[in-house]
Amino acid sequence: MAIDLDLPPRQSEPAGPTPITITRDYSTPDKVFRRGVQASGLGVFLLLVAIGSFLAWSGWPAFQTAGWGFFTHSGPVQIGSHANFGVLASLTGTVEVAFVAMIFGAPIAICTALFLSEYAPLKTRRSLIAMIDLAAAIPSIIFGLWAFFELQPNVVGLSTWLSRHLAFVPFFKVSSPPLNASIFIAGMVVGIMIVPIVASICREVFSLAPAGEREAALALGASRWQMIRTVVLPFGRGGMIGAIMLGLGRALEETIAVSIILAGSYKVTGQILQHGGSTISQLIAINFNQSGGALGVHDLLLCGFVLFLLTLVINLAASAIVNRSRSGAGVDL
Amino acid sequence: MTPDAITQTAPEGVLVTTTSASTQSAPTHRPQRADGTPAGDSPQPPVPPAPPTPRRLPTPIRPSAFGADDLLVLVGAAISSLCLVWIVFYQLTSLSGGLGFLICWYLVFLGLTWFGTAQFVERQVATDRVVAVVVVSAAMLMVGIIIFIVGWVTYKAVPTIHWSALFTKDQKVFQAADPNALSNNGVFHAIIGTFEQVMLAVLMGVPFAVATAIYLNEVRGFGSRTVRTVVTAMSGTPSVVAGVFIYSMLILTHVLNYSGFAASLALVVILLPSVTRVVEEVLRVVPSGLREASQALGAPEWRTVWSVVLPTARSGVVTAVLLGVARIVGETAPLLFTAFGSQVINWNAFSKDQGALPLVIWSDVRQAQPVLIDLAFQAAFVLMALVLILFVLARLFSRPRGRGGKRRKARPDEDDFMARIFIPVPIEESESR
Repeated sequence: MAIDLDLPPRQSEPAGPTPITITRDYSTPDKVFRRGVQASGLGVFLLLVAIGSFLAWSGWPAFQTAGWGFFTHSGPVQIGSHANFGVLASLTGTVEVAFVAMIFGAPIAICTALFLSEYAPLKTRRSLIAMIDLAAAIPSIIFGLWAFFELQPNVVGLSTWLSRHLAFVPFFKVSSPPLNASIFIAGMVVGIMIVPIVASICREVFSLAPAGEREAALALGASRWQMIRTVVLPFGRGGMIGAIMLGLGRALEETIAVSIILAGSYKVTGQILQHGGSTISQLIAINFNQSGGALGVHDLLLCGFVLFLLTLVINLAASAIVNRSRSGAGVDL
Repeated sequence: MTPDAITQTAPEGVLVTTTSASTQSAPTHRPQRADGTPAGDSPQPPVPPAPPTPRRLPTPIRPSAFGADDLLVLVGAAISSLCLVWIVFYQLTSLSGGLGFLICWYLVFLGLTWFGTAQFVERQVATDRVVAVVVVSAAMLMVGIIIFIVGWVTYKAVPTIHWSALFTKDQKVFQAADPNALSNNGVFHAIIGTFEQVMLAVLMGVPFAVATAIYLNEVRGFGSRTVRTVVTAMSGTPSVVAGVFIYSMLILTHVLNYSGFAASLALVVILLPSVTRVVEEVLRVVPSGLREASQALGAPEWRTVWSVVLPTARSGVVTAVLLGVARIVGETAPLLFTAFGSQVINWNAFSKDQGALPLVIWSDVRQAQPVLIDLAFQAAFVLMALVLILFVLARLFSRPRGRGGKRRKARPDEDDFMARIFIPVPIEESESR
């Protein structure tokens, strides 16, 4: 890096000393250091490229066999002489689980973030924030255990209740009775798991709402909720959307908790309350050990590639939204 | 600023005025100067100033204030909604389901709270109150779930633990019919596996991550913006994808067998972006004056980073590593494809299948054996204890020490990066610098 001292030439003084240019000449150890550090940066870049390319490369045989039918078929299907595999049911299941998760998780997360940034007493705020952060650290398999043994028996009652009394809602219809191991339950636990992620970002975005406008709202006689509605939420809208998309990325990829809950069936269904359904990551995790089944390794790797692309797009979009909203919200009064 | 903070600045509503003896007899007198001389120009002898007497302003009306009567409204609403919902729910429509009952109760409770509050204050205040109830209850629900999970795993695990067996034995000799199954089996093989895999991942990943963070923050230069985006993208990589990536690259091509080492490579993929991001953030708060002082003394760049920047950021880097370990120690999905899991003790992480705590939970809980489920809970307890310990350690390290080794109290925003490692995207990008 060269430090240029380009001083503007002075017109009045004809013959001053010529401005000097300081260039920085790196010594050999510095060059080694810079090259090494740059190499590690390059390594991270290559790692991401390697993830994408190896998954694509090893999933390619499956795509060759199945063609675009990979995206339009569900589960192992026999086409002509050879068995094909389609990911459609798992793809829709993934989206359904993520959708249910957002329905449950996003409101709770936004309320939690509001509580942490606006309502919580200052003395307990730090420990409450630490506790929500801790929830992000609890391994997903423990959430899965809890959901399987504690949440599921209770939610089955709720599912029964919903299916009995709200069956006119298309999603709540049930055609085959067992109501455990459903997409609904899996989505619920994933929703709880994404709360700390969404809440943590939302809390930061909310705390960036300018103090001047908050005080102006309060001085005009707004109640706390009116202040939040007119100042905090509009200022944090972009960050909130980004945070929810990040949570969505997490919900799409969640593997183990979903695998413990979901039974796994290759059928596209909109009936989320009943037994069955699968997600892409659950499909990979469950079917991996079965060798020689209808699902070859390459099918699973192609599924992995699809999941990788899906989360990559969503996470990049979300981070762009979060960052843009932050730089825009920096207008303090 | 919250309304509380505003009211804290003038808590009593007290106005201190200086009044003289003469003005006390005539309250409508003109205001006086602070030194006691009359404001007018009439030549009166100076009166010695009387001690200031506090004058109370009328108590301000604060809509956010929460008193005993408000509490009474809440309790009344809770009880009456419970009764109402109980009658409608169980007696009239004979519905069922505990959770459905709770949800209905909560909704009716919100409605009754609104009506009750709106009886004696304005409707805006009632809305404010109901929103406060919703926000507080959602946050309490989340906190309650966390406490419940931690307590529940402990409660399920501890009564069945045979401590000596848990930490010394594997599940090689497991037989369901064995009456002493719990004292003959343990999770030692999994503890060894987790320990070795995480250690290897830290040894490989942390220098890599720190170097990348130095590149992003200290050296910068060509491509650092791209690398930052790549780190962002990688931190959102699904953990299961990290597993299948290592599987497709190394195991499918027979470079490696299933082993703890392959598992640690998959864990590096997860550890690397998270630690990089936190370390970068920590490096950013190192005062640039220190760097400039070092360079002004003639130190080369590597020397500045090694002897000035990194030692200054040491506690933050340690926090980043501890949180990264807490993150990867519970990862299950990548290990399925790499370590594969094993029921016997395998000290060598480089040769064969190796167990790990999450894998033991995963494989045991799917068996129909009550003893294995007990063992799964014991493994979950050990795993959760590990995560909790790492988290507490990270919090301790994230508080910077003041002079003389005395811990000073951290500002509320000082350990905000605690959660970052679990969250897939950096909060602060280069724009906010």
